[in-house]
Amino acid sequence: MVISANGKKARAEMLALNDYAIEISDMNKWFGTFHVLRDINLNVKSGERIVVAGPSGSGKSTLIRCVNRLEEHQSGQIVVDGTELTSDLKNIDKVRSEVGMVFQHFNLFPHLTILENCTLAPIWVRKTPQKEANEIAMSFLEKVKIPEQAAKYPGQLSGGQQQRVAIARSLCMMPRIMLFDEPTSALDPEMIKEVLDTMIELADDGMTMIVVSHEMGFARQVADRVIFMDDGQIVEENEPEEFFNNPQSERTKLFLSQILGH
Amino acid sequence: MKNVLYVRKEMLAEQSPPLSSIGVIGWAKKNLFNGWLNSILTLISLFLIYSILSNLIPWLLSPTWQASSLNECREINNAIKGGGGACWGVITERWPQFIFGFYTRDQIWRPVLVFVFLLITIAPILIDRLPRKLLLLLVIFPFVAVWLLWGGSIWPQFCSFLGLLLGYCTWRSLKTGVNRGIKASQLSLLSRHPFIPVLITIVVPILWWLFLAPLVSEFLRDIFPLAIQELPSRNFGGLLLSLTIGVTAIFFSLPIGILLALGRQSNLLIVKVLCVWFIEFIRGVPLITLLFVASTLLNIFMPPGTNFDIILRVIIMVTLFSAAYLAEVVRGGLAGLDSGQYEGANALGFSYWKAQRLIIMPQALKISIPGIVSTFIGIFKDTTLVSVIGLMDPIGLTGAIRADMAWNGVYWEINLFIALLFFVFCFSMSRYSMYLEQKLQKKN
Repeated sequence: MVISANGKKARAEMLALNDYAIEISDMNKWFGTFHVLRDINLNVKSGERIVVAGPSGSGKSTLIRCVNRLEEHQSGQIVVDGTELTSDLKNIDKVRSEVGMVFQHFNLFPHLTILENCTLAPIWVRKTPQKEANEIAMSFLEKVKIPEQAAKYPGQLSGGQQQRVAIARSLCMMPRIMLFDEPTSALDPEMIKEVLDTMIELADDGMTMIVVSHEMGFARQVADRVIFMDDGQIVEENEPEEFFNNPQSERTKLFLSQILGH
Repeated sequence: MKNVLYVRKEMLAEQSPPLSSIGVIGWAKKNLFNGWLNSILTLISLFLIYSILSNLIPWLLSPTWQASSLNECREINNAIKGGGGACWGVITERWPQFIFGFYTRDQIWRPVLVFVFLLITIAPILIDRLPRKLLLLLVIFPFVAVWLLWGGSIWPQFCSFLGLLLGYCTWRSLKTGVNRGIKASQLSLLSRHPFIPVLITIVVPILWWLFLAPLVSEFLRDIFPLAIQELPSRNFGGLLLSLTIGVTAIFFSLPIGILLALGRQSNLLIVKVLCVWFIEFIRGVPLITLLFVASTLLNIFMPPGTNFDIILRVIIMVTLFSAAYLAEVVRGGLAGLDSGQYEGANALGFSYWKAQRLIIMPQALKISIPGIVSTFIGIFKDTTLVSVIGLMDPIGLTGAIRADMAWNGVYWEINLFIALLFFVFCFSMSRYSMYLEQKLQKKN
């Protein structure tokens, strides 16, 4: 990882640098005639951790999928690590090699072993020699605490283990930014913690992260900022303590009462 | 304390099951006579099987293998029992023709050698343990096979092969050129679009084949004439013809079918429309009409004097036919994949072709194995349709054989023999696909 600022002070210094990893300005997106993202403005600093919350259909997933161009935006600007996302394939490839993504349904490759899942992209996209790729993969599998599963196939692992493999697979590409698209929503309750622990560890290492999640405990513990979206717009943006204790807009209050109310 | 209702004091020892539920009796009871309806059906089936076999087996066993004409067969059968046995003499006499067509006896080593070479070539595909390097034989095999089967000078085939090699070298040098970062000023066109190297790689060998290869092979022939006896296409016949057409069509139709399936899903409108039209047109037309086009119409469109081999024309038509069906089978496999696989691949930075090759196709093809092999089997059997345009495949030969006065009137024996020939190949393909499915199933 490029950044490994462990201490809080080092992190604070880094955030003070105002070195932006992602800059989104006046961005709009439509699905057909449906206006899914409206006038999005969002800057993410290097090393910053952002949790995006909001009701389903509010455009949270679409927003982070625009960051690595899994979805195409129609107007406005998205600049990732100094590269603007346009239809230019070269820029897209460059951004995708800097941005890792973890999906709700893991999207592991079922025909490959865990180790092969982790080494496929480094070998074929980054042209890393096989031996080196294997070593990198094993080190990240150790980091997510499942090196012993390396020779198995994804279908033989539990959901939580699969999601940790998916995180390791992304990390093997040495990304500067990690996107998490509801990483725990498809998991059984007892497996959520192991995935969140992995993500917290990653955050402690200084990774720039955008996490779409309903895990409010995680947001409180890790996030620098919480962003609340509704109807394709950013409705509220605040530090976690303020966001949870003192929500400003009516929609945020309603949302929080619904998910925290039981 | 509350009263316990029941407690077992001693555990029961294990006992063997009643005799009527195990062994032959148990099996028959369970599978053949379970209930009165099944019992009746079993009895009826047994009776049918008996009545068929009791007639068929004596017919099959008729000792006419040495007979040299149908009349002789009849005499032998009449002498044993009141007639009505098979006449196997025709097989004894004609089997080489059924297999090798009209190759003369001294040239038969050539198809045999090709067949052995074919087995060696596909061995690394069938057997995992063999080294992957052997797959390179796949590239050499077509040229060697064409030379051995049609004969003539070796140099034209050699030069065609050189063209392929040339294409590969062009590709490599362009790739490494771009990778080493030959400056944008020198190769700006190349680095701008990934499609340009592909185009050059295709154009270079085609130019070679069209213009240089004939000259070079002429030249080589003059200084070093290495040739075997030339055998024209009309010598092809029997199973050799079916296998030549079938194997070539199978070999080339899978890659074409995959490309068509991908084209059909493409975002590029023109590519998509062309692929859809091609697939729908070919699937909407009977193979026979395509074969007639190959045998008659194509000549009208060709410039006069061009000699475009009839077998080659048929192979092209059968390949296209098979490719269109395979495209739909592969499309089914692609539809069976979760869209998350594409997203996962994209997010990791795989290009379209790399994602297809490493992630999408291995899974889609695995799903489509039964359909692909069915299409292969179907196309191999459909090669018998070439008899309609006058080629002497096994079915075409039956007419030729009956035209011989000695065998006029022999039907069943010949067709049974042909059926057996085809069954051997089709059944092996079917078994192999089942084995392959099980093997891939085990993996995940």
